[in-house]
Amino acid sequence: MSRPNTRPLSLKTLSLKTALLGAAALLPAAAQADEQYFPLQSYRVGPYAAGGTGFFGGFIDYLTLVNNRDGGVNGVKLTWDECETQYEVERGVECYKRQKNRPGVAAWNPLSVGIAYAMIDDVGRDKVPLITVNHGRTDSTDGRVFKYVFPLLLNPYSESSGIVNYIGAREGGLEKLKGKKIVVLYHGSPYGKETIPIYQLLAEKYGFSVEQVEVPHPGNEQQSQWLSIRRTKPDYVVLRGWGVMNPVALKTAQKVGFPADRIIGNVWSNSEEDVIPAGDAAKGYTAITTQASGADYPVLQEIAKTVYGAGKGNLDDKKRIGSVYHNLGIVNGILNVEAVRIAQDKFGKRTLTGDEVRWGFEHLRLDPKRVEALGAKGLFHSINVSVANHEGEGRVTFQQWDGAKWKVVSDWIAPDWALLRPIIEKSSLAYAAEHGIQVRDPAAEDASN
Amino acid sequence: MTDLALEKTATGTVRRLSPAPFGIGVLLIVAYGVPPLVASEYLFDAILTPFLALALAGLGLNILTGYAGQVSLGSSAFMAVGAYAAYNLALRLPGLPFLLDILLAGLVAAAVGLLFGLPSLRLRGFYLAVSTLAAQFFVQWVFNKVGWFSNDSPSGIVTVPPLSVAGLPLDSSAGRYLFALGVVTAVTLAVWRLVESPTGRALVALRDHETAARVIGIPVLRVKLLAFAVSSFIIGVAGVLWAFAYLRTVEPAGFNLDRSFQILFIVIIGGLASLRGAFLGAALIVVFPLLLARLGEALLGGLFDSGVLEMSQRIVLGLLIITFLIAEPAGLTALLDRAWNRICGRFRRAG
Repeated sequence: MSRPNTRPLSLKTLSLKTALLGAAALLPAAAQADEQYFPLQSYRVGPYAAGGTGFFGGFIDYLTLVNNRDGGVNGVKLTWDECETQYEVERGVECYKRQKNRPGVAAWNPLSVGIAYAMIDDVGRDKVPLITVNHGRTDSTDGRVFKYVFPLLLNPYSESSGIVNYIGAREGGLEKLKGKKIVVLYHGSPYGKETIPIYQLLAEKYGFSVEQVEVPHPGNEQQSQWLSIRRTKPDYVVLRGWGVMNPVALKTAQKVGFPADRIIGNVWSNSEEDVIPAGDAAKGYTAITTQASGADYPVLQEIAKTVYGAGKGNLDDKKRIGSVYHNLGIVNGILNVEAVRIAQDKFGKRTLTGDEVRWGFEHLRLDPKRVEALGAKGLFHSINVSVANHEGEGRVTFQQWDGAKWKVVSDWIAPDWALLRPIIEKSSLAYAAEHGIQVRDPAAEDASN
Repeated sequence: MTDLALEKTATGTVRRLSPAPFGIGVLLIVAYGVPPLVASEYLFDAILTPFLALALAGLGLNILTGYAGQVSLGSSAFMAVGAYAAYNLALRLPGLPFLLDILLAGLVAAAVGLLFGLPSLRLRGFYLAVSTLAAQFFVQWVFNKVGWFSNDSPSGIVTVPPLSVAGLPLDSSAGRYLFALGVVTAVTLAVWRLVESPTGRALVALRDHETAARVIGIPVLRVKLLAFAVSSFIIGVAGVLWAFAYLRTVEPAGFNLDRSFQILFIVIIGGLASLRGAFLGAALIVVFPLLLARLGEALLGGLFDSGVLEMSQRIVLGLLIITFLIAEPAGLTALLDRAWNRICGRFRRAG
């Protein structure tokens, strides 16, 4: 019982498949000289898509702007492609192994702690920097141990210290914190629990009392937590939330009568997506950020005019231009591009190796004047990365939600880095011992460069 | 496998068609010999190693669900137990040989599996599925809640020490793959012996008719608990491979309900109560989405953003799984057997 009619069909599909695979294999070969490639492990699908589309949209928008306006960085064109991770570690690893084969990789920006952790070993071996802007492994701030990892602008510890400094400023000085009562409402996940010891430490230092209350994931029911907060009558509630937990917290606070302007959100509770679903209950709520929101900054004006004006913008919804995640993506774009530029000044205006870009990040010093020249005055303050300090002394500011948009309500505040550094070093040195890593000597490296 | 060994031909003579030992031998030689020579890091770390770990987890679940008929939704919890146990043993007992570490981690997972298998003595079907779901949530909660398990790492994510066996460093992609392959081969052989033994037949009897099994003298309670223990042991070992050979980091969120479902789908799509089923199912679940993603990207990457592509891939994958299961509800194993028989039949007619 032969079936001659099925054979040509299967042959045809087979050859089609081979052709497609061939096309897929050809793609990496299309990369040419004098290109700097940004592999983007983005997430536009899944529970964290709001953050992913905003952040990677802003990043891509800035790279597009640099290409269109300046023809790249000193003539070296910036390229990128996206690999969907859905915020899942295995997919992120798969993307890493696939995308790293393309030449001219500048830096990795996964915007996911889990994926970043899984990449730490590999980026060390492949000698390419791994950027975890505003998040990441706190002890990777110590660049003497984590040579290729950069938690730029803000790590979770600095964030906590920045929030406490802000509350102190609002009360009229850090000494006024004595005797105050603060509740930290945190997401029941490793991320949420990460800062528990830091708030304890800060409470001891400044003499306020702190109570840390867990909200189990995902956090769509918080009645009991807020009832207990009402009994405690704290002066402030710090919201360390994630996703749906944030609007629910604001709504429940309103229900139990806790004023929104006494709730201070952390870096993952500070976006439009966190407050808009809470409606009226979010009015007056204040949150920390490293990059102010809004589209009035020159660089954003330029992106809106030249990138979106030409129909090349990445966001589907133009109303999201200037939103918190979009601006974080743009700031991240500025930091990456400037690191490449700084490294080019030393190594030559050509496609750089990952290790050369790493040198660029370790010398990424943008003072307020340079930030202004980049059209980002007021968008973010400054950065000062060094071999020993991969975070780079990022300043934070606080924004209040007025029901329609975020409004900056504070100066640029510096976290208490000196207080946090010993804890970070203890952890990073333990990691170095565990993994047999030679701790670098910053002075010697600076001398040799 | 048994229905394949004997095949009645049209002429009425019984001819032994036993592709199994020969085929397995070739397969093993290929698996051990070829990838280290030709494979790239991508092939090892993104395809082969996760495939092995998931196939082993599928094998473990197949003992419980396929052979013994007890539905479980807690597989990834047992993977987590294995991974965290191996991490903590390596951390707290320095100098412990890694093979012993794996064995002990598997035993810890088996003990936890035994504990959560106790309800199976009273519960069946959906009710048992719900009670194993409790294992899933409980284990994840404990690893989140108790910092000791992750050595009080502030972010709760731990990095495992580099893999080395008997002083031989296996930290390269190929090394980790070969190690995983070795473990998977050993466990698969052991499982093969088990399901061919009287105990294996007792498991099947239990699945087919519990009362009848009791009547013919099978110690039903003991066999059920044994199934839970053996299955959890294997899944725990799979968890160790997942953590040490594949991702090299461990976090509770990586072992969520989605993973449990993934393993269950591997077993269902691959074929219940068959050793090959776990491997075929894992191959489909791991490799197919990647192929689809690459094709989609190559064809339409310029037109749509990655989010749209991802969504359409999910739709295509879902449709394909439905089609597979309609074509052959007994899974890929049965589909393959049918294809094999047809090819053999054609050969015989030709000869």
